[in-house]
Amino acid sequence: MTAFHKMDEPDHRNRLDAMVQGVLGTGMDRPDGPEKVTGSATYAHDGQVAGMLHGVMVRATIAKGRLEHIDAQAVEALPGVRAVLHGDRFLRNPAQGTANEAPVQGSRDIAYLGQPVALVVADRFEQARHGAQSVTLRYSEESASVAPDAETAEVPDKKQSSAGDLAAAMDRAAFCVDAVYTTPGHNSAAMEPHAAIAAWEGDLLTVRASCQMLKYNVNELADALGVDPEHVRILSPFVGGGFGSKLGISPETVAAALAARALGQPVAVALSRQQVFEATMRRSETRQHIRLAADAEGRLTGIGHEALVSNLEGEDFSEPVTQATPFLYRGENRLIGHRISRVNRTCAGSVRAPGEAVGVTALEIAMDELATAAGIDPVDLRRRNIPERDPGEDRPFSSHMLRAALDDGAAAFGWENRPQGGARQGDWLAGCGMSSASRVNMIGKSSARVTLHPDGTALVETDMTDIGTGTYAILNQIAAEMLGLPPARVKVRLGDSDLPKSAGSGGSWGASSAGSSVFLACERIRQDIAERCGCDEGTLTLKDGMAIADNRARPLAQVLAGAPLQAEGEIDKGKTSEAVRQATFGAFFAEVAVNAVTGETRLRRMHGSFAAGRILNAKTARSQCLGGMTFGIGMALTEELIHDPRDGHIVNHDLAEYHLPVNADVPQLSVNLLEERDPWANPMQAKGIGELGICGAGACIVNAIHDATGIRVRHLPATLDKLLEGLDRLDDLG
Amino acid sequence: MQTKLTINGKSHNLNADTRTTLLDALRNHLGMTGTKKGCDHGQCGACTVIVNGRRINSCLTLACMHDGNEVTTIEGLGTVDDLSPLQRAFVAHDGFQCGYCTPGQICSATAMLEEIKAGWPSHVSADLNAEIALSDAEIAERMSGNLCRCAAYPNIVEAIRTVAQGGRT
Ligand code: FES
Ligand code: FES
Repeated sequence: MTAFHKMDEPDHRNRLDAMVQGVLGTGMDRPDGPEKVTGSATYAHDGQVAGMLHGVMVRATIAKGRLEHIDAQAVEALPGVRAVLHGDRFLRNPAQGTANEAPVQGSRDIAYLGQPVALVVADRFEQARHGAQSVTLRYSEESASVAPDAETAEVPDKKQSSAGDLAAAMDRAAFCVDAVYTTPGHNSAAMEPHAAIAAWEGDLLTVRASCQMLKYNVNELADALGVDPEHVRILSPFVGGGFGSKLGISPETVAAALAARALGQPVAVALSRQQVFEATMRRSETRQHIRLAADAEGRLTGIGHEALVSNLEGEDFSEPVTQATPFLYRGENRLIGHRISRVNRTCAGSVRAPGEAVGVTALEIAMDELATAAGIDPVDLRRRNIPERDPGEDRPFSSHMLRAALDDGAAAFGWENRPQGGARQGDWLAGCGMSSASRVNMIGKSSARVTLHPDGTALVETDMTDIGTGTYAILNQIAAEMLGLPPARVKVRLGDSDLPKSAGSGGSWGASSAGSSVFLACERIRQDIAERCGCDEGTLTLKDGMAIADNRARPLAQVLAGAPLQAEGEIDKGKTSEAVRQATFGAFFAEVAVNAVTGETRLRRMHGSFAAGRILNAKTARSQCLGGMTFGIGMALTEELIHDPRDGHIVNHDLAEYHLPVNADVPQLSVNLLEERDPWANPMQAKGIGELGICGAGACIVNAIHDATGIRVRHLPATLDKLLEGLDRLDDLG
Repeated sequence: MQTKLTINGKSHNLNADTRTTLLDALRNHLGMTGTKKGCDHGQCGACTVIVNGRRINSCLTLACMHDGNEVTTIEGLGTVDDLSPLQRAFVAHDGFQCGYCTPGQICSATAMLEEIKAGWPSHVSADLNAEIALSDAEIAERMSGNLCRCAAYPNIVEAIRTVAQGGRT
């Protein structure tokens, strides 16, 4: 029995508000918490199996060329080494999110330094590692393009758009901004390195891997191996962070499967941290030319946003830098431009909030520049520019919470009474800044199965993943709320590709998509119960294991009479994703102190107010925002992939040199989640919140640095060297 | 090479390659996969365990250097049915998201609170000789060897503060 629903119409019923169990939306502890804090949660490399061999990947050491020879024999003679594998089925780079087929394959043609070209398998990890380090590779090298170049970049037609006359608007503007901003490449740096343990039984393959989207990953892996997808099973019950880096199948998983087949034994392959940097996905560096034209009241008349990004030859993905620009602010004259330069660098793909993470950040620095130029309070400037309708496509917004977020955030932060910018305390200069947040909202096709057992327990099953996002908690809460059960009586099974296929985790659509499928399955079960109780589903009350209809309460056990009730729910996107502009909104506020002598920036406090429809779990939603805001701190102050100008290789390919924010870099951030229902989003009126917290976050810090020092940083991150010169000038002024 | 280790109160005879790190010995030889590998280079803290009472990065030390040592791993601090106070507080305050850095965070925090009790000052201690005031800044500073990309830092600080102040969660 499948309850299928396509989102063609808005759902104003707010059914979840009529439920009475009272668990949805609360900050319930994660049910998977006890396993995680005791080390008993099994991540990919934890599911070790008997007789397992260890594989270590070998990397290309040139940027471009052909691999002519691998001295496999010499390495295979080393103690413990079982095999050196390479060949046409190896992945050049991971699959892009939702690719559903293998990416470019083959270890002969080298497209970037760090490309995995072989796998050394041995009895023991130390032997495999030694083998991998001992491999000699012989190449015929070709000249590589390692730096993005605007001149030779592709200009895809579909990614250019314009309305009105931006140049004329700039000429007529009372105030304008015309500047170039750059953001460097970023790495997701999930704490769990990509890993897989592959085992074959006959022609059936089971892989424990670290994957975000199993439905797609099975097809990608099967395609890469040339086997039937029906014969491939992926298990990812726990994923140690993804942030986009585990959307598509990656090289170690395919290599492990090939090796396990060749050797007839299970093989485990984990990437080293350096390999995660080099051979998974990077966020493309961006160059962004932004133009803003405003009238005397600060109302925008024109917005231009032109981006240059890069990727490997043959990759469709191109960092969608300007994704939020068409709808975030008003203005009749608009121009969007997008270029992609083909480079021999690590593959570019999704890193948390592709597009808005860097695009809204640059736009929000530009907006701060406009506020300064116009002498208008930055919060007020944003308020004056909230559009009535989506100006890019002239359609209504499903809901628009930017003003509410700005007001709430300003009040929570105490924006009106903020310390004077540039106030000096010892060596420290204080300043405050703010920025808007926005991210597009989506759902994807998603299924789940719910079984209500006669003993009053329920089981939720889907191949959806929990990558730290709180899926185990929210799916439990949705089922508990709909079926009137205490959460302890609901069990959620995830991360097994044999279970009903979900949208997976990515693009902030997991909770909305998988959650809706659970909602639909539960609704169908409620209809069944209502029928048995002789009432309408709308008048049925389920609470604490009791079915209450017509003033009569019966235990569910009695209603079910010994047989379980089971239903599948399936949601798909429909007309509501086109008819209206769906987005989430928020506002960030920060106070920094900049050391006038060293140029060091210290974040003193940071606040975010966010609206993302119905909040399913107040605790895990807040944690997602904390995580996003901290990515923003990294983007503003420390994170930067540095490529060697000679061969494009990532110089700072580890956690000592690529600087993630550490505990001491992050003050006690505060987060407010605003009350909202978005009927156009899905039957739960909920929207994605996993990425909103990063979309523009870095700008509030960079803007605060400007408030403190008068120095405008347009090239992230705002490291000390970019402030020192300006600070010297300040000192000279004395 | 033969190495005698006492892990979580139980003695083990390990026979591993001299190149085997303590981390890989726990994970690949002794089947204790609670301790995680995040970088293998002492840069992330995911592999933190307690050896003879002190927290160390188990990826940065060879197993054979620990003959006769007492090792405490996350598995030795509590179980799903009997969580330690810190483990309980991490759940209550959502001191993690994906959970991968968490065993390291909790081992680290467990030993860190002892360091404070023993009066070890840190970079942010105002007075090197006075008793350490357990401020958020002290906790954050002392926990900065444990990276969390999910960035549960504010919640980690809350969880540790609650336990240190004797609060129950
Ligand atoms: S794995 Fe040991 S510090 Fe990262
Ligand atoms: S909980 Fe995911 S890295 Fe800390």
